[in-house]
Amino acid sequence: MMDGAEGYTVRKSMEILVALGDIYGAESLIDIGSVQVSGVSYSNLGDAGLEFLDELAKDGKVRVLTTLNPAGMDLENWQQLGISPEFAEKQNLVIKAFEKMGILVSCTCTPYLIGNLPLYGEHIAWSESSAVTFANSVIGARTNKEGGPSALAAAFVGKTPCYGLHLDEKRIPDIHVQVKAEFTKLSDWGALGYAIAKKAENKIPYITGIKKADLDELKSFCASVVTYGAKPLFYIRGITPGSEEQAEPKETVLIDQVDIKNAYDNINDPVTRIELVCIGCPHCSINEIAKAAELIKGRRIAEGTEFWVATSRSAKQLADKRGYSAIIEEAGGKFACDTCMAVAPLKGRFKSLATTSAKGCFYSRQNLMKTKMGSVEECVEAAVTGKWSS
Amino acid sequence: MKGRTIYKGKAEGEALVTNQPISFYGGVDPDTGTVIEKDHELKGQSVKGKILVFPTGKGSTVGSYTLYRMKKDGTAPAGIVNKECETVVAVGAIISEIPCVDKIDVAKIKTGDRIGIENDVIKRL
Repeated sequence: MMDGAEGYTVRKSMEILVALGDIYGAESLIDIGSVQVSGVSYSNLGDAGLEFLDELAKDGKVRVLTTLNPAGMDLENWQQLGISPEFAEKQNLVIKAFEKMGILVSCTCTPYLIGNLPLYGEHIAWSESSAVTFANSVIGARTNKEGGPSALAAAFVGKTPCYGLHLDEKRIPDIHVQVKAEFTKLSDWGALGYAIAKKAENKIPYITGIKKADLDELKSFCASVVTYGAKPLFYIRGITPGSEEQAEPKETVLIDQVDIKNAYDNINDPVTRIELVCIGCPHCSINEIAKAAELIKGRRIAEGTEFWVATSRSAKQLADKRGYSAIIEEAGGKFACDTCMAVAPLKGRFKSLATTSAKGCFYSRQNLMKTKMGSVEECVEAAVTGKWSS
Repeated sequence: MKGRTIYKGKAEGEALVTNQPISFYGGVDPDTGTVIEKDHELKGQSVKGKILVFPTGKGSTVGSYTLYRMKKDGTAPAGIVNKECETVVAVGAIISEIPCVDKIDVAKIKTGDRIGIENDVIKRL
């Protein structure tokens, strides 16, 4: 593979994988079950990234199930989201390159909800920080937090260097996080992720004190904890796999209601007028769409405010069949399939954002938005009044 | 000081040092090289042409591409020094050919020091 007998892309990919293996002391390359590729929005990649992908697409073909992160626009309804034709043209070139490589154009950060679901203990090579954290922690699969290019390299070879989170000894938690706080809404899980990340920077948290959590809450927590600086693996005792086998680390920190309030204070900006409301970072599950539809039914999005539901195309199709899409669109809301506020080219378009997502707030700052984080109820209220009220 | 080579090569420049992790995507404006993350201690400062010294990367996996386009656009750091280099930054350094070394006691380097990197060796100039 290194000698180029299997083509340019395989040789280039092996160079990246072997370099990583050498740096991190991997003894071998191991087979992987699937890949998730990040770095899809033209807004992130620019022309430099597009050229890089075009080179790889010349003779590169993926060897395992490979799914794709969100793009910079809804691939079908980009006009409705106010995307320029120039951007759409470049974005479509990026998508074409990935299609040529044999990658499924799934364009979601929640591959585990749409058919790329690894098994417990399975080795995979994923990028997309929230999905990596979900795969490692909630599913118990094994992946390092690959950069977009190293995830692609792994897909072209079907293997990844065996180091880091692929190894038992690197998956041992190193800080005990005792949680003494009550959670009443989805955004509390984003605030919890922020609070834990600040006390467990670059560490693997072992979390106790959480009695229950559902899929949407864990999805939100994964996105936040890794965005704000923890390693892409955690354990929640009694909830996530492997937590019973791991011992409580000695170093202990406490998270209480004050930490949760401080997280909100740090994530939120002083802003009242809301120009964009976006839920779905990570992409909305069908349950989250159902809840938004129920809340918005019969109401009307305020003049001068947009309401976006970011989700995968598969979840949208289910929402169409249940009538949720019609309810949201009748209220004046828009679906942002294949994309989200974190990767769409929104710089300068909206001055303020309301969202349920701590991660969404972090990445919207590069688009010069002031942010408010709250419950779905608060977000819908902001959408219909154009104001943040609490 | 001797560390571990992430990407080989020589670089020289003024050190810009932080004790906080960096996410290149979302944390740095690729068009200017300016740090934009809210509450980051380097907020408002430019990494362009600097020897950027930070403990480790965090957050987005798109950061490898951010470094790559910064290199093409001339806004990238001249070199990177980490305490522990994570995969996203390592891949970014490899594809962008930015000299990068880790396993360095970053507390010993101060912002404004003139620093040289040669493969796995860091020198104060």
